[in-house]
Amino acid sequence: MTNHWVDIRNANLILSMGGNSAEAHPVGFRWVTEAIEHNNAELITIDPRFTRTGAVAQDKAFIRTGTDIAFLGGLISFLIETDQIQHEYVLNYTDAALVVRADFGFEDGIFSGYDESARSYDKQSWMYEMGDDGFARRDESLQNPRCVYQLVREHYARYTPDMVSSITGIPVDTIDRIWRKIAATAVPDRTMTILYALGWTQHSIGSQIIRAAAMVQLLLGNMGLPGGGVNALRGHSNIQGLTDLGLLSQLLPGYMSLANAKEQDYAAYIDKRAKQPTVEGQISYWQHYEKFHVSLMKSWYGDAATEGNDWCYEWLPKLERPLYDVLDTFERMSKGELNGYFCQGFNPLASFPDRAKVTRALSSLKYLVVMDPLNTETSEFWKNYGEYNDVDPSQIDTEVFRLPTCCFAEDDGSIVNSARWLQWHWAAQPPPGEARPDTRIMGELFMKVRQLYLDEGGVFPDPIVNLTWDYRIPSEPKAEELAREFNGRALEDLTDEEGNVTRRANEQLPGFAELTADGKTAAGCWIFTGCWTEDGNLMARRDNSDPYGTGNTLGWAWAWPMNRRVLYNRASADVQGRPWGPNKAFIWWSSEQSRWIGADVPDFPVQSPPSRGQMPFIMQPEGVGHLFAAQSMVDGPFPEHYEPFESPVPQNLLHPGKERARNNPAARIFDGDRAALGRPEDFPHAATTYRLTEHFHYWTKHAELNAIVQPQQFVEIGEGLAADIGVVAGDWVKVISNRGFIKAVAVVTKRMRPMMIGDKQVHHVGIPLHWGFTGVAKKGYLVNALTPFVGDANTQTPEYKSFTVRVEKA
Amino acid sequence: MNNSQNIIARSATTTPPPQVRNDVEEVAKLIDVSKCIGCKACQVACMEWNDLRDDVGDCHGTYDNPRDLTAESWTVMRFTEYESSDGDLEWLIRKDGCMHCAEPGCLTACPAPGAIVQYANGIVDFDSNHCIGCGYCITGCPFDIPRISPKDNKSYKCTLCSDRVNAGMEPACVKTCPTNCIEFGSKKDMLARAEKRVGDLKARGFRDAGIYDPAGVGGTHVMYVLHHADDPNRYAGLPKDPRISPLVGAWKGITKPIMSAIIGITAFAGVIHYVTKGPKEEPEEAPDDATPPANRGGDAGHDASSGADPHSLGYDATRSSRSSSDAQRHPPGGDR
Amino acid sequence: MAINVTRRQFFKLGGAGLASSSLAMMGFAPEPAEASIRQFKLTHAKETRNTCTYCSVGCGILIYSNGDGARNVEQNVFHIEGDPDHPVSRGSLCPKGAGLLDFVHSKGRLEYPQIRAAGSDQWQRVTWDEALNRIARHIKDDRDANFVQRNSQGETVNHWTTTGFLAASGSSNEAGYITHKVVRNLGMVAFDNQARV
Repeated sequence: MTNHWVDIRNANLILSMGGNSAEAHPVGFRWVTEAIEHNNAELITIDPRFTRTGAVAQDKAFIRTGTDIAFLGGLISFLIETDQIQHEYVLNYTDAALVVRADFGFEDGIFSGYDESARSYDKQSWMYEMGDDGFARRDESLQNPRCVYQLVREHYARYTPDMVSSITGIPVDTIDRIWRKIAATAVPDRTMTILYALGWTQHSIGSQIIRAAAMVQLLLGNMGLPGGGVNALRGHSNIQGLTDLGLLSQLLPGYMSLANAKEQDYAAYIDKRAKQPTVEGQISYWQHYEKFHVSLMKSWYGDAATEGNDWCYEWLPKLERPLYDVLDTFERMSKGELNGYFCQGFNPLASFPDRAKVTRALSSLKYLVVMDPLNTETSEFWKNYGEYNDVDPSQIDTEVFRLPTCCFAEDDGSIVNSARWLQWHWAAQPPPGEARPDTRIMGELFMKVRQLYLDEGGVFPDPIVNLTWDYRIPSEPKAEELAREFNGRALEDLTDEEGNVTRRANEQLPGFAELTADGKTAAGCWIFTGCWTEDGNLMARRDNSDPYGTGNTLGWAWAWPMNRRVLYNRASADVQGRPWGPNKAFIWWSSEQSRWIGADVPDFPVQSPPSRGQMPFIMQPEGVGHLFAAQSMVDGPFPEHYEPFESPVPQNLLHPGKERARNNPAARIFDGDRAALGRPEDFPHAATTYRLTEHFHYWTKHAELNAIVQPQQFVEIGEGLAADIGVVAGDWVKVISNRGFIKAVAVVTKRMRPMMIGDKQVHHVGIPLHWGFTGVAKKGYLVNALTPFVGDANTQTPEYKSFTVRVEKA
Repeated sequence: MNNSQNIIARSATTTPPPQVRNDVEEVAKLIDVSKCIGCKACQVACMEWNDLRDDVGDCHGTYDNPRDLTAESWTVMRFTEYESSDGDLEWLIRKDGCMHCAEPGCLTACPAPGAIVQYANGIVDFDSNHCIGCGYCITGCPFDIPRISPKDNKSYKCTLCSDRVNAGMEPACVKTCPTNCIEFGSKKDMLARAEKRVGDLKARGFRDAGIYDPAGVGGTHVMYVLHHADDPNRYAGLPKDPRISPLVGAWKGITKPIMSAIIGITAFAGVIHYVTKGPKEEPEEAPDDATPPANRGGDAGHDASSGADPHSLGYDATRSSRSSSDAQRHPPGGDR
Repeated sequence: MAINVTRRQFFKLGGAGLASSSLAMMGFAPEPAEASIRQFKLTHAKETRNTCTYCSVGCGILIYSNGDGARNVEQNVFHIEGDPDHPVSRGSLCPKGAGLLDFVHSKGRLEYPQIRAAGSDQWQRVTWDEALNRIARHIKDDRDANFVQRNSQGETVNHWTTTGFLAASGSSNEAGYITHKVVRNLGMVAFDNQARV
């Protein structure tokens, strides 16, 4: 979230799209109901289904799954053509005025630089035109046909209301009504917040849908303001924290990235990431990258990391493929290229697409280690559960280890919520039986591996035997020790320019501004620096006071970065540093105090006056929000609508007859998986998977209370489709894709209605996913038997939200 | 407030309640249906707090689970897809459960002394120790709320978390409600809140928004804000004008001693039945003679239980595990 | 059906019990009403502050356990409800959070390390040492056999691609941090968490 849960109450309009906020995050949704009641706000939800969010929404539209960019692209065009944008904001706080290189182009649905054989783009032309001074060229009039504003306008001119309607299935009058409501937040004193979740991410164009939403918010001037923002309502309790800590194939902690094999030179690795300002005088905070990187290396390797050995740059693994994401890994696993796999609190048999392929892949492993509090399907992938898991154990040679772990009630530690708050928790009971905390399992396992290397030697033991491991009980690192480590400390006395000591050796650091690139500081995750300082554990703070009445409780827990609660909050003030409106006052420039003050910690240098001209988007080299995603996306600087890889519609209506532009040309798909896609004539129904409010993924089917309130697997179909196939509510149906089938009870509902797509009627099928073959709820089929092995171009997130099936009476 | 002084009515009892401490404020739960997302947090919190676990059932083709109130599900969400004549679809979701009537039909109908009590704060509570499982409370209830457990043949329903309220806390369902659609406070304050909510709904175009606090049962301590108060039946059959069954009302005038004597006789018949047939399940008992029962009144409930004939009031016998004796043909009167 | 009444119950039913209850019913000897129908169950419970483990709203929870934390007592969680001080949740919990107790005490909780041998159709309980020693051996053998120091272009890559790791985004930052530290320094690159899906 750029903003936070309580801040939703400051919104004047709430757009819940690409998510079912009431069902997936009911307690976060309380702030939607607060905004409706106390801020006279309106809730609009746009979803393929009439959900429980829809039950309390003031306005809603039903959209064909996977067509959100069409709706948002049309909205962008509508805002520009009707001149309903926040002019001062767009001119100053976005890249609208920057001029783009002449060789950037877009033709027949493909951006310049496409390599069809590699299914990827060379992004060289996706860049601003640089002036003689080395900075991006600018056109204040916004009239230059190559300026971003005009390119946006041209790109989305194709997204007319009729075109949007024919792609999305939303009637033109509904589109018009909702666009007008959204456009009304272009004024300075009204904001819209956008709430999304997996309904946007789980598409082959997922990242670009979110980009489109960000563009809308920039045009409306809703970023950085209370009640604004683009807010990811994230899934797991610490999915934000694990992302922050970089537990992804290409990352290091704090959104730093691993080098690829071509980056053999340390200085070049740093230079590429330490982005210098492309507009004069801008902050471009990533220019400090080396300070964060060296502090991590000192945290991991201690004295072994020196300037002379490039801080052990060589020890870090380098990437040889573009990514080792889970789709790539299971593709390799299915070909027998992996021997071992660890699943720590993860249930891939249920969570990864094309379950048959996942079973094949796991069966080819030599060893599988599952660490979990619960008896997961993955840990028993080899066991026959009849039609729910029809395998022959004698044919599966994988040795499987199952290690019992603590749950939340049994360990201390911090987790990061969607609003980036690090909240500390305490154990309330000992774990059952011999279950152990993950920290101890990893600690003890590492001790054993290290001992093997010390005893026997082995291949490249350097990072293993030299890894800093100064925990009081080496096999049981404590949460407090680890939290202090990722916060970071001074390794030597730190001094200012005059040589005065500003921080003594071994003191915890109060913030990442004190990190250095000369090896004098250590920090395991720079964005978390400040969470455990000399003042103690700030994550455990419990002061919920809200002195400005904005819902900003700075004394509750601790938020990264630097306890800032709304990102880019400098944008809540105009160029002169004044609030856009009295009701949106959040932080502002105080000329008396010569600093930024207000309800939040400024996400900005506190003493940089407005006259200096530094812009709010401090992480971007331009200092402004990107309407044109120069370099940051792999599949185009502007979001473009492409059809889901399995779609009931045979062509991309924006590019009829252009087969290359039917689906996202840079999305992740392997040849074998393309062959497993179904044809619309065989699988005519648009399917989408989702979660229900009564359950959490595959966990709560193990909790009796939740099993009671939603006991058995079902699918939702409309009355028309039910009549077509001759079923009534409560009958069993079989849902079939080209990869597998499930059987479930039919919920026949008025809430799913057929849509007219062009001249074709399309039925949606809703497939909740919470059941499996373990747990106390009724046994069910893992729904990923149905889903395609296709991923988003930027994140490789599987396309669980849009595929095709055929529904039959069972 | 449920200490003995504050019981203002007690089933099948003529002794007047203590009345000195009468300054207890009436409480109420307000359910704003327009804010309800049907998440069932209230159902789960209710079961968790009250140590109940209903059966893991089946999907019947709707979101309603458990499908109906049971002795272990004291509240359920009822989902209605309502399509207006112009094709507008509304998904109406109502939390169903005891309304805690000011004039509780269940208490009026109950023949077991002390099995149903009403506190001065308005909570109508069941004391299972005294329940005889006759099912008259169900007949007496205009909302069809109480349910007899097949496990112990006793009647159960929402207590408005009288244990929590007594400790100064809100009921479990209220506390957990994510969207603030369930609120709790004094009845006066809740009515004021409800008025405000109705005003907001009217301003948003719900001309018929209103408060559901039906006069036919003297008002309730669980109230609804409805967007369509003109047609409460739309919300899964919420009765427009609930009243205690005239059959129950007819017994109200009959003098208590006569009634009680009849019950005494039938109770004796019941004992014979009990001794010859035995209970279906071992009733709750103190472990041995050396330990006095926690509630001395508990015996009466057990003794009388076997005589009840649910058929006499058209009550579905399958809900009760005990069979009948002819002597118990007479529904009792209440003492209110 | 056998007469399923104890002698004690019989006398109570047939004698004094009936008499007293009948009298009570007739209104002659009202019983004292109970002070409370159900005892308030949190009195003297230990209260521990925690955060809901499900979604990332991060609702505050209060965990109530039996036992006051004394040395000779083992805590046992028996009730969980919302933390009213929490600025986001203000005491409320969704149906998942409200049911957390049944996750903590789920029948599906694992209690002992187990191994399923190749081709077997059952689990075998083992000690932690047996399990971890064997896993450590697998790690070392596979890593030593397949670790790549230089690729075919002669570039230093120092990675190990034949074993992968999925981390848990339901676990704490501290678990995540130590997991990252260990996994990366073994040279693993096939490393992801739920954020990928």
